[in-house]
Amino acid sequence: MWDQIKSNRMRSAVLVMFMCLLLLGLGYVIGLFFLDSIIGGLAIAAVIWAVMSLVAFFQGDNILLSIAGARKVSKSDDPQLYNIVEEMTIASGLPKMPDVYIVNDKALNAFATGRNPEKAAVTVTSGLRAALNRDELQGVVAHEIGHIKNRDVLLMTITSVMLGAIVIISWYATRVMFLTGGGRSNNNRNSAGPQAILMIIGLVLMILAPLFAQLIYFAISRKREYLADASAALYTRYPEGLASALEKLGSSVTPVKAANKATAPMYIINPFAKRNAINSWMSTHPPIADRARILRSMSGSSLADYENAYGRTHDGKHILPKSERV
Amino acid sequence: MAGWIIALVVVGVIVLLGIIFFSMYNGLVGLRNQVKNAWAQIDVQLKRRYDLIPNLVETVKGYAKHEREVFENVTKARNLAQAGASSDTATRGQLEGNLGSALSRLLVVAEAYPDLKANKNFLALQEELTSTENRISFSRQFYNDTVLRYNNKTQMFPSVLIAGMTGFKAETFFEITVPEEKLAPKVSFN
Repeated sequence: MWDQIKSNRMRSAVLVMFMCLLLLGLGYVIGLFFLDSIIGGLAIAAVIWAVMSLVAFFQGDNILLSIAGARKVSKSDDPQLYNIVEEMTIASGLPKMPDVYIVNDKALNAFATGRNPEKAAVTVTSGLRAALNRDELQGVVAHEIGHIKNRDVLLMTITSVMLGAIVIISWYATRVMFLTGGGRSNNNRNSAGPQAILMIIGLVLMILAPLFAQLIYFAISRKREYLADASAALYTRYPEGLASALEKLGSSVTPVKAANKATAPMYIINPFAKRNAINSWMSTHPPIADRARILRSMSGSSLADYENAYGRTHDGKHILPKSERV
Repeated sequence: MAGWIIALVVVGVIVLLGIIFFSMYNGLVGLRNQVKNAWAQIDVQLKRRYDLIPNLVETVKGYAKHEREVFENVTKARNLAQAGASSDTATRGQLEGNLGSALSRLLVVAEAYPDLKANKNFLALQEELTSTENRISFSRQFYNDTVLRYNNKTQMFPSVLIAGMTGFKAETFFEITVPEEKLAPKVSFN
């Protein structure tokens, strides 16, 4: 388990670095065009990112929960849901039971929050609570606990903040550029030729940066979904529970009211009504039918069984790190 | 000059070996503590089951007075399991197994009483019992996984050297043995 988390960290770290480079590139371009000082541009990008990160790190879970309109559930409110979360805490060996929240929403969905396993929460919609039986609910909760145990929540927070910073910076930069016709550097037109080329490259970067950042973010998200599914099978020792829950979730078409593009990867399935049937670059989650099929073709419930089932359904390709393919 | 280099290399190797030794030793201690923790968790859940049973028996009794034998069996198995809480792992597994099968017989009996099954108190108890059974098996599962990791460390090279020197012994898995599990539960209809 430890090796697996470590090796996942490595791969995710590479992707996060790419995002970091995008952010710095953006700062560089801004410095070049608006401030006549590259350092200044880099500093602006870094400060925006740092402030957003601090807010997300210390208040991110509260913000997300209050945007979603989640209310905390105690044992007496919903004994079964509470019991299930406690059971999965035991099965995964988490040091502390996560808080349990319910969102009043007819859509069928769930998500996990919290920067570390000691300060985590599991949230389900009331629609999901009503539609699933005990085994299915257990599968969904196990998937969310898997995200907490694998430290996905922190990773997704870091990357979503970076994505947010890139989107905000490039949004303002392109607006300012169009309004002022290219910023201060226009004042000295001694070197009009190279300047114009640089301008175009800069503009292209500003427009494309948010798109690239989003693709990276989604790529990280899809990997983590498979891993959380594998963890859920391991904890419950019953892959069918999650498989059947995913099918129920997939057949409902109600979108989650409080979801947006940045928070989408936090949910167990894509919170928007329109879902891709194929695994494309632009999707936050792997297709539901694919996830259910992998779970159903598992011969046991270990991580190695999940890896083998993925291989059988995907022409021998791998999904989990080497250390788990025994 | 050459003497100095040799001395430095020797010191360096000793320091390196020391670091490897202590990090392996600490790893073993950490795992052994995890095993202890996981065992404590099983204990908590088994106690939860002992506490639940008197309440459950009382509730079922109110509707199914004639099933005295079943109640007595459950209560007896519970008291035996509680009394044997400090015995060795294998014995404990057997006592808990007996309690588990006595309990499932009680639930089979309860199926025959529609009024009882509609009782709110009984439904709540049934959820608690389901959850408790789950907790017991999940904590057992986690304990056994942890024991497996710990035992592997104490038996595999190179950590086996350190485990042997400093007295880390393999732990036993916790199996709940249910002798009558394969037989259908006996239900009397008189």
